[in-house]
Amino acid sequence: MGAQLRVYRQKIRSAQTTKKITRAMELISASRIQKAQARVAASTPYARAITRAVSAVATYSNVEHVLTTEPEKIERAAIVVFGSDRGLAGAFNANVLKESEQLAELLRSQGKEVVYFLVGRRVSSYFQFRHRAAERVWIGGTDSPVFDMAQEVGQALLASFLRDSADGGVDEIHIIYNRFVTMLTQVPEVVRLLPLEVVEGVEEPGEHELLPLYEFEPDPETVLDALLPVYIESRIFNALLQSAASKHAATQRAMKSASDNADKLITTYTRLANNARQAEITQQISEIVGGADALASTK
Amino acid sequence: MASPLKVSLVSADHEVWSGEASMVVARTTEGEIGIMAGHEPMLAILASGQVRLTLAEGAPITADAEDGFLSVENNTVTIVAGRAELV
Repeated sequence: MGAQLRVYRQKIRSAQTTKKITRAMELISASRIQKAQARVAASTPYARAITRAVSAVATYSNVEHVLTTEPEKIERAAIVVFGSDRGLAGAFNANVLKESEQLAELLRSQGKEVVYFLVGRRVSSYFQFRHRAAERVWIGGTDSPVFDMAQEVGQALLASFLRDSADGGVDEIHIIYNRFVTMLTQVPEVVRLLPLEVVEGVEEPGEHELLPLYEFEPDPETVLDALLPVYIESRIFNALLQSAASKHAATQRAMKSASDNADKLITTYTRLANNARQAEITQQISEIVGGADALASTK
Repeated sequence: MASPLKVSLVSADHEVWSGEASMVVARTTEGEIGIMAGHEPMLAILASGQVRLTLAEGAPITADAEDGFLSVENNTVTIVAGRAELV
């Protein structure tokens, strides 16, 4: 066998094994998207109920709460980046990181100091590689997030928010995650988590309706105190779930195009290998014919 | 009697139960509270413990709820808890 032919056969084999791996990963993520999407859907009633309750307190009482009031001067802002633990997901992590860079630039131009909270190994290694410090890093569990993780992140963020900015606390928290739109589209989303700004979901009382007299037990302040951390946890849980679903969708797409690419490579190399084989045979025939001619002419 | 209460009991990762009931009894931080149709709008913090629902036909349902709150609005009762399950 000629050297050229051997090289082509080797390349074909290598593309075939790669294709096996990427095809398997594609199927795995495809099966996980369904589950992740179902979890997003399952957590929606909770998020909706909490949002309604928060809006109710905000609308029907006039309580000033530290989580809802804008501080006079914002010195430090936190950015929470939700990425994934594993790569091979196309532009999934790059998208949120790009978004975070833009946001950081904007915040710095407003004279704010930026600190980072990172979720996911890929995001954390991006920061490590650039020798950038992060306040807190959570690694592991991004593929199928549990509520405990959201609680942990929420509590850490809240603790940092409630600390004075002189002691290293933050005055503002932004979260960045990939929102799952469809199987094909995932959009990086930037949301300001704290101080809370938009509360939606409550029906505005009509013109002639009397404002319902809300009763709070024990009192509005305590209810808000208990409600807001839960609200934040639910927002973070939602971000984690959305991010997980997006990650699976992104992996599926990336692996599908990798498999398609491998197919294309295999076809190309097979054609080249056939060509090389035919060239080899042609050469051998012409050598034989040439040899026979030479022998005949010497007689 | 007024129309029955619409009740939904949700925990962080799924909706535990939803349907119609004639009465809801829950324990708030202030003490036990019973809610029937026509209750004024309210928002209360739940103390961890049991939530008891009486269905329209009179059958009882009990659920454990932890870390949550209860809201009543337009004959709709929402019980939201970080962790909740039917007993």
